Amino acid sequence: MSTLTLRAEPLERIDLLNVTPLVLSSLTEAEAAKLPVGTGRRGLTLGDVFEIKLDRSDSLTFQGGSSRLDRVGAALSEGTIRVEGDVGQRLGEGMAGGTLSVTGSAGPFAAAGATGGTITIEGDAGESAGGAVYGAKAGLDGATLVIWGHAGDRLGDRMRRGLVLVGTAGALAGSRMIAGTIVAGKLGDNPGYGMRRGTIVAGSYGSLLPTFVETGTPDLVFTRLLARSLRRRGAQHAELLHGALRRYSGDLATLGKGELFVPA
Amino acid sequence: MADLTLNGITVEDTFAEAFDVAGTAIIVTNDTPKWAMIAATAMTGFATSVIGCGAEAGIDAELSPEETPDGRPGVRILLFGFEPNGLKEQLLKRVGQCILTCPGTAAYAGVEGPTKIKLGGAIRFFGDGFAIAKRLTDETGKTRRYWRIPVMDGEFLCEDSVRAVDGAVGGGNLLFLGRKHADTLVVAEIAVEAAKAVPGAILPFPGGIVRSGSKVGGRTKGMMASTNDAYCPTLKGRAGSALPPECGVVLEIVIDALTSQGVSDAMRAALHAATAIGAKHGLVAVTAGNYGGNLGRHHYHLRDLLEAPSA
Repeated sequence: MSTLTLRAEPLERIDLLNVTPLVLSSLTEAEAAKLPVGTGRRGLTLGDVFEIKLDRSDSLTFQGGSSRLDRVGAALSEGTIRVEGDVGQRLGEGMAGGTLSVTGSAGPFAAAGATGGTITIEGDAGESAGGAVYGAKAGLDGATLVIWGHAGDRLGDRMRRGLVLVGTAGALAGSRMIAGTIVAGKLGDNPGYGMRRGTIVAGSYGSLLPTFVETGTPDLVFTRLLARSLRRRGAQHAELLHGALRRYSGDLATLGKGELFVPA
Repeated sequence: MADLTLNGITVEDTFAEAFDVAGTAIIVTNDTPKWAMIAATAMTGFATSVIGCGAEAGIDAELSPEETPDGRPGVRILLFGFEPNGLKEQLLKRVGQCILTCPGTAAYAGVEGPTKIKLGGAIRFFGDGFAIAKRLTDETGKTRRYWRIPVMDGEFLCEDSVRAVDGAVGGGNLLFLGRKHADTLVVAEIAVEAAKAVPGAILPFPGGIVRSGSKVGGRTKGMMASTNDAYCPTLKGRAGSALPPECGVVLEIVIDALTSQGVSDAMRAALHAATAIGAKHGLVAVTAGNYGGNLGRHHYHLRDLLEAPSA
């Protein structure tokens, strides 16, 4: 396992887009130390910020985290990255595969546009986790995002496919959702604002938009399949689907093929 | 050519001639085993011969809730056609008319294979734009795509596509030459049960048994097939009859399977089961149907099936 040990809190935002196990496996420690990661005029390199130990494996651990470490694992396509601490914005943005985990919390736009692999945040996530960055057509796009703690507002904004599992989340979860699935213990106000398609399952939520209509408590085969799929990830979320579920259809202000399930 | 014997019954030293076909499997589930079976029975109806029905189909197995994708009771159906396009057409018609229409039913792919056949992705148009696609990971970690089509009892859930296998074989067969109809029917029924127990094999004819075995062509112009006069007891004594004087009835079983080994295993199981009780029920001989070996690539020689099936 290769390790990057944080020397000290960075003086500026650090862009780790190109720091993946695959990239590091072809470099010596001296070469890796020269990789540019700074975003200011200091010209910081990887060696300036981290103490580097490489073993050419497909596993990389960041020892020590900071909210200034941006785009961690953004180019990950295979292998494992683990961060022992916090990360900044755009964790795993556009990630295509592999496993990315953070023991602390993440900034905004975690997993934006990620097409594959699994991203786990053991702490909290900022706004628009699994959401679309400014100007992007889609948010989460096929990857799985697991947030143990709380996610900020607009969780899964414009997400297109994939799965988001979250403890609790703020307002407007699943806003402008194109498709995909969000499962949450608790959501804030107005979940599914402007959603076209997609599924939101929530233990509870705040206020509901008037453009969502109740369609009863149908016993659907789909919820059985979803429960089986979730059981692989975590029993707590699967249990949400075991009892009777009330289904709301929306957002009827748009396409209206989305749905919100809550315990009946 | 000297005939063989098994359990004291004469076994003609010949072979069954079978053909390459396109084959697929789907799993149909429902809230109760009864309704899963109703759907499966409807879908596999009028599917005895690919020539006249467009497909040959049958029920491969009843599945427990633990064996199905959605944890409900289910049935595994096998469907065979001449080639993938014909198979697809029959699959869509039969799922559209018999599974979609049946209360509570859902349909899933039942076999892996190289050829993709769009199923839910085609039937979704019945949903008139209200159908929803969902991509979910199953318990094995494989990602599968489903269509949820609004219907009057809730939703019809159908997997987006199923797979056709390479190497499916249709037309394995055995002919039981008996003395009396009722006794020979018992022998054939026991053979059917033994063959059906082989996974991945079905017997598409009524109860697994066919009484109107056919030969290629006929004396009437344009007939693709006509009665197998050599094995008709009322035509005994004529030139060309293959029946011994004591034979009064012939019943045939036909076997289709997803693999050639499945046909062979099912024929072996049927042969042994039939001959084991054959003497008690007046079985005269067992033989097999072929067309001289020039039409079908698969030849199942009865001589190779005399060894008992492995337990």
